[in-house]
Amino acid sequence: MTQAENLRQPSEDQYLNCIRCGACLAVCPTYREYLSETASPRGRVALARKGLEGELELSPNLLEQMYACFDCMACNTTCPVGIHPADLAIEMRHVQEQIYPARWKQTLFGGLISWPERMEQATWPLRVYEKMGFRRLAYATGIRRLLPGKVRDMEAMLPHLPQRPLRQVLPEITPAAFPSPVGEGRGGVRVGFFLGCAQSLMFAEQSAATVRVLSRNGCTVITPKETVCCGMPALGYGRPDRVQEQARQNIALFERAQVETIVTDCATCGSTLKDYGRLLADDPDWGERAAAFSARVRDISEFLMTIPLEKPQGRVEARVTYHDPCHLRRGQGVWKQPRALLQMIDGIEFVELREADWCCGSAGSQLITHYETSLKVLKRKTDSIASTRAEYIASGCPGCQMQLNVGVQRSGLDVKVVHPIELLDRAYSPSPSALPHRGRGLIPSASGSVERVREIGRRDG
Amino acid sequence: MDKSLISQLEKIVGKDGVLSTTEDLAVYGYDATFAEHRPDVVVLPRCTEQVSQVVVLAGRERIPLVTRGMGSGMAAASVPFNGGITLAMTRMNRILEIDEVNATVRVESGIVTADLQTAVEKLGLFYPPDPSSIRHSTIGGNIACNAGGPRCLKYGVTGDYVLGLTVVMADGNILHTGGKCIKDVVGYDLTALFTGSEGTLGVITEALLRLVTRPKFARTALAEFSSLETASRTVNAILAAGIVPATLELMDETAITCIEESMHLGLPLGVEAILLIETDGSDENAVLREIEAIEGICQECGARQVKVARDESERSKLWQARRSVSPALARRAPNKLGEDITVPRSAIPEAIRRIKAISAKHGLPIVIFGHAGDGNLHPNILFDKRDPEQWSKVEQMVAEEFAVALELGGTLSGEHGVGALKRPYMEQALGPVSIDIQKRIKQALDPLNILNPGKVFPD
Repeated sequence: MTQAENLRQPSEDQYLNCIRCGACLAVCPTYREYLSETASPRGRVALARKGLEGELELSPNLLEQMYACFDCMACNTTCPVGIHPADLAIEMRHVQEQIYPARWKQTLFGGLISWPERMEQATWPLRVYEKMGFRRLAYATGIRRLLPGKVRDMEAMLPHLPQRPLRQVLPEITPAAFPSPVGEGRGGVRVGFFLGCAQSLMFAEQSAATVRVLSRNGCTVITPKETVCCGMPALGYGRPDRVQEQARQNIALFERAQVETIVTDCATCGSTLKDYGRLLADDPDWGERAAAFSARVRDISEFLMTIPLEKPQGRVEARVTYHDPCHLRRGQGVWKQPRALLQMIDGIEFVELREADWCCGSAGSQLITHYETSLKVLKRKTDSIASTRAEYIASGCPGCQMQLNVGVQRSGLDVKVVHPIELLDRAYSPSPSALPHRGRGLIPSASGSVERVREIGRRDG
Repeated sequence: MDKSLISQLEKIVGKDGVLSTTEDLAVYGYDATFAEHRPDVVVLPRCTEQVSQVVVLAGRERIPLVTRGMGSGMAAASVPFNGGITLAMTRMNRILEIDEVNATVRVESGIVTADLQTAVEKLGLFYPPDPSSIRHSTIGGNIACNAGGPRCLKYGVTGDYVLGLTVVMADGNILHTGGKCIKDVVGYDLTALFTGSEGTLGVITEALLRLVTRPKFARTALAEFSSLETASRTVNAILAAGIVPATLELMDETAITCIEESMHLGLPLGVEAILLIETDGSDENAVLREIEAIEGICQECGARQVKVARDESERSKLWQARRSVSPALARRAPNKLGEDITVPRSAIPEAIRRIKAISAKHGLPIVIFGHAGDGNLHPNILFDKRDPEQWSKVEQMVAEEFAVALELGGTLSGEHGVGALKRPYMEQALGPVSIDIQKRIKQALDPLNILNPGKVFPD
């Protein structure tokens, strides 16, 4: 009997068909940095198979290799046989939890991430750091440079933090600013907005911009406040059981909201929400509901490109490039839309990034858990960014943005990291005073935030 | 592996250059074949000097040493059947010099071939050999197996571009062969000796490669045939007309169907074969004239239809289809065994006829595709290895395929190499005199038999 026999086996069983051609090595960020087979998708597939079939012990070291994968999914799309090595690595993490359950994961994913209030409380010190001016002080005095390199990089991940999480500020219903050209009746299209944790806690201005842009284009935006984490962190750490619970809660909320479409401006949330159908497929009560939910989910750029979009009157004079988040390009097949969105803004000179869809090294928490590798992968990205001579790098994923913030600071680049929606929002409202519907007062303005982060960065450089 | 040996290796290449966990060893035990055997330790050197020290250590301790690149070989040449040290060259991947005047490039042997190509193409230069594994194989591996590819019909194989090598010999000495001169007749051609030696004579650590000017124009045509026989005769008609296309590829019906099923590229269905033909060069009119002439020849020979790709996207679709053949077959059957027998081009139609007869006789499908222009065919047997009856048939069929190649004046392998898998057929292919001479060369250069033992020659 093999060690894995009594465990829930990976559903991604295509690994049996691996012909070991090696095509995945060419596209794997961890292989390309380490140039060792152990750090390659083919190596991980071989280890998973040998572990599951009993040829090797499912040792901590074997399972650790599954965490060395950045889950960028480049191998999934390259494999000529149709194997998904990245998905297999994720499923092997679940195998690990069954053999060596980690209690901290239960605490984190069961106790903390499932409760937005607790998340907000836990991240309160970060907001104080920003709000009370400590952060500015750290940069101005140069104290920050005395921090150990790793801590300094963690600090650099943080964007300009909002004073309050957006969840506490954003109204449950944001009416359409103008009657929609497409919507039935005067209320316009009813769109659900899934506000992601990172967006609410760290990138509040961006999601505020998302809601403004939707409203401006004739959408009534419903933002359920009791949504919980999409589930990606738990999935990535081998706890699909937690994800299922989180999925059920989110699905039920949006069913009650009665919306045709569920929009999110976080690439990672989007890819997970679109995956609920698969994750709950075997659940007799939830399978169909989950599939129906997933079919309605759209990334903000994807959704905007399906409705008649108002041409922005303002201009953004800047050279802009774009980084494809893995969870958007490969996770959702969305890559044309964000580029189209940026290119409809007058004044923007769009330059394509070399290897735009190569992972930035964030992968959620790799900068913390796999610091050295993450920085190596990041360096390749920042070198590409530097070669574009762009002033802005846009990317619709909080994880990527935090990672790119680190890269920009480490390489001393004069580049601002933004969400594409911020630039569109700015083109709609060239100056704060000209914001046509700012009077509603409840949606904080995005203007100024980007420059402030840069200001901080410059002082450090 | 002995702890003290590991620490000696770590002294040479550094701690991060030595891998020895069970997991590391398990993933360094295979290449792109079924074969598998774990090494005792994996060493990833950073420079020629380190390689030399590792080889000296291996010699002193009588440990077998198997060199490998990215492990995409098709003949189990880099599988360490005797354990020992696996020397993975992937971290020696620098471009040392691009000489635009002499059109040469000097590289470390672990560089990915596609990376080397991209680098020289930026300067308007061109490294033509294009094995399908171009993005996941190293130049060192390409040289050690003398890799080919579609473009070799016009441009020649890897060996035609190797001007010089740096090789670590079995005693640790560092040998430099060749140089930037196109003509050089001083002494034996040691560069050629190491090209295709599959790691049995020395460790290639650096290579000096010849480059050509990048062709500016290319045109690709797709010709459909209702009979495989007509298609194979057309190949010879084109070449006999004095035209040398860059590539002349053949795919049979099963290959076409497999690709179409998995990729939906709009390939013609219900034909017995297609030829994919490309002309290239620096003179656009000449390239066009050639493709038009080829179009005419195909029609005269009885092609059902000939289409020339109108633009780059159509062209790249066709090539995407060709490159996907081998893996697409893996979707059709649980296992496939692909060989790369090569026959003189005059014998192509006969070779195809006989291979199809082998398939009919044993009742297992053989898909045929390959570089028909240079007689290099890739018959792939589709089967299920879990069925012992099928597996024993496969072994018999492979032997018969080799027999066909030899009977028609061809060879066992055009580009994959011998490795471990074709050893049993070597005597039959080369005869005792040749084998004896080659064994004596091996004995002279590696008297302790530590370099990739048990490969190429029968025991």
